[in-house]
Amino acid sequence: MNALIHRLRATGPLISRIVAALFGGYAVAALSSVAVLALPMTKPQAVLTGMLASFAIYAGAVIWVFAVRSALKAWAGLIVVAVPLSLAAWSVS
Amino acid sequence: MKTDNDVQVAGRGIRQSMSSLHTWAGLLLGWILYAMFLTGTVSYFKDELSQWMRPELPRLSQIPDQAVVAQRIADELSDIAPGTSQWSIRLPDARNNSVYAFWRTPAGNPGGRGFGEANFDPATGQRVTSRGTLGGEFFYRFHFQFHYMPVVWGRWLAGAAAMFMLVAIVSGVITHKKIFVDFFTFRWGKGQRSWLDAHNAFSVFGLPFHFMITYTGLVTMMALYMPWGERVAFKNPAEQQQLNAELSAFIQPGKPSGQKVPLASVEDMVRQAQERWGRDNVGRVNAVHPGDAAARVAVTRGEAGRVSMSPQYMEFEGTTGKLLAVREDVGAAAETRGVLYALHLGRFGDTVTRWLYFLVSFMGTAMVGSGLVMWTVKRRQKLPDPDRPYFGFRLVERLNIASIAGLSIAMTAFLWANRLLPHPLEGRANWEIDLFFIVWAFTLLHALVRPAKSAWVEQLWAASALLFLLPVLNAVTTQRPLWHSLAEGDWVFAGVDIMCWALAALHAVLAIRTARQETRSQFRRKTSREAPTAVASGGAAG
Repeated sequence: MNALIHRLRATGPLISRIVAALFGGYAVAALSSVAVLALPMTKPQAVLTGMLASFAIYAGAVIWVFAVRSALKAWAGLIVVAVPLSLAAWSVS
Repeated sequence: MKTDNDVQVAGRGIRQSMSSLHTWAGLLLGWILYAMFLTGTVSYFKDELSQWMRPELPRLSQIPDQAVVAQRIADELSDIAPGTSQWSIRLPDARNNSVYAFWRTPAGNPGGRGFGEANFDPATGQRVTSRGTLGGEFFYRFHFQFHYMPVVWGRWLAGAAAMFMLVAIVSGVITHKKIFVDFFTFRWGKGQRSWLDAHNAFSVFGLPFHFMITYTGLVTMMALYMPWGERVAFKNPAEQQQLNAELSAFIQPGKPSGQKVPLASVEDMVRQAQERWGRDNVGRVNAVHPGDAAARVAVTRGEAGRVSMSPQYMEFEGTTGKLLAVREDVGAAAETRGVLYALHLGRFGDTVTRWLYFLVSFMGTAMVGSGLVMWTVKRRQKLPDPDRPYFGFRLVERLNIASIAGLSIAMTAFLWANRLLPHPLEGRANWEIDLFFIVWAFTLLHALVRPAKSAWVEQLWAASALLFLLPVLNAVTTQRPLWHSLAEGDWVFAGVDIMCWALAALHAVLAIRTARQETRSQFRRKTSREAPTAVASGGAAG
């Protein structure tokens, strides 16, 4: 039991980061691709801009997640970015 | 796995974190990436490969008049697919000696995929009677949607692999503090160092290309991967159509009137497009509800001579041939997407440009391959017992052999199957593909049962032999042997034959180099531990 807890302690933050990178990163990219609709552009151009930029944002999020010092900080960063994006996305939906 | 040190990223410098990220993002889908890179690389010559795989079809010494051909195929399609709601014809050009067309089949057609497709002889308008084959199209489709799985799954898998690649590229660059200096460093015959230097050289030299090709690859299918903006923005089909019109030249099929009126002269429509874009620069002819009073025809501009896939087309009323509209530009974001898409496909270029694409892309393949091999080279030195490595190590080692050397064998076997399978044969095109996978599976089996180094050497030699003998097989089984192609100036056939020999030589060199390298355990027995870092692995390719 103790050994299990120890293992979890050791790998937990890493798993947390992997989840943050795969799903958190995608979520931020997806949110930003919707948030673009708030920009003063025609709808088709805004939609395409959002799609085009999303992969750069996704990649940037993944780099962020593994570059910072702790898993907690990784999540915090994603959330800080996600909040305004969500507001912008919510305003256009 | 025994690499906890590599995995733990907390509390370390950014460079180590990025190094670990680079290693694992590159490895996890690395085998898929390698296959995508190699099949994608050869796809820059997919039209040429398709010609080679249909040897019965004579080469076009000059491009036929596209207007005449379009009319011919349109007539043929009205026989083959009467009452279709839509058809599309790709006209022959400098690289295609056949005409490809597809058409929608009525819903509820038994066993139907919803559409039919065929290649036609531009001279007669008849379906080509050459052997059943998917040609170079197989590698092209495999490159982004694989096989034996629903197309959408394959495309998602390709997207995931591309995203991993993008992360691997960015983290790889951050890892590298001396990226420019390292490019000019090469330490031959120094085992791990040499692998690292080779990997760096392949990566850094082609870096802009590798980054471009990965990002634009994602862009080609971005609507699948990131549909959310589209879902939120468009509330009805009419709005959705505004977006579609920015992306392709397919006209939205309205309601058919039910009144039968034959199509006006397609030849005249293409003639007008030729006047606008040049004689040989018409791409496709798309028709909706042909044969109905509500028919519309779009004639699109070819892909040559402009670096964009954005739709440019002339729209005609189907029954009268009256020009309704000319569309030659799209919005800024759509044009950006069109340019990125075109950069990925590289179809805008002439032969020289395509060769450059091929070479740099080949370098990208070598980058992925050397990266995969490096994973084992690096860890082999730290193995507690080199004769009995742990499971993860053996797995990577064996998968590397089958996905690198094995893929060369399988791809060549596909071309052998094209020459050896009887013709006609029911489902011949699928047999070629099945054989590709059967051979590939055998290489994996071989890699699992043989010692790693022997497996590498044997498979590299097998690939070399198959490649070397392919022009011989071609000479024996077709009327177009190499000397004939050279005399005729048929550079498609001569090119494929000569390329086979060049690749055979490359595989032979790799096989010889791999065979010469000593494994660590052998090395240890012979010498002391004076220079442990100077030892290469048994695995070598790329």
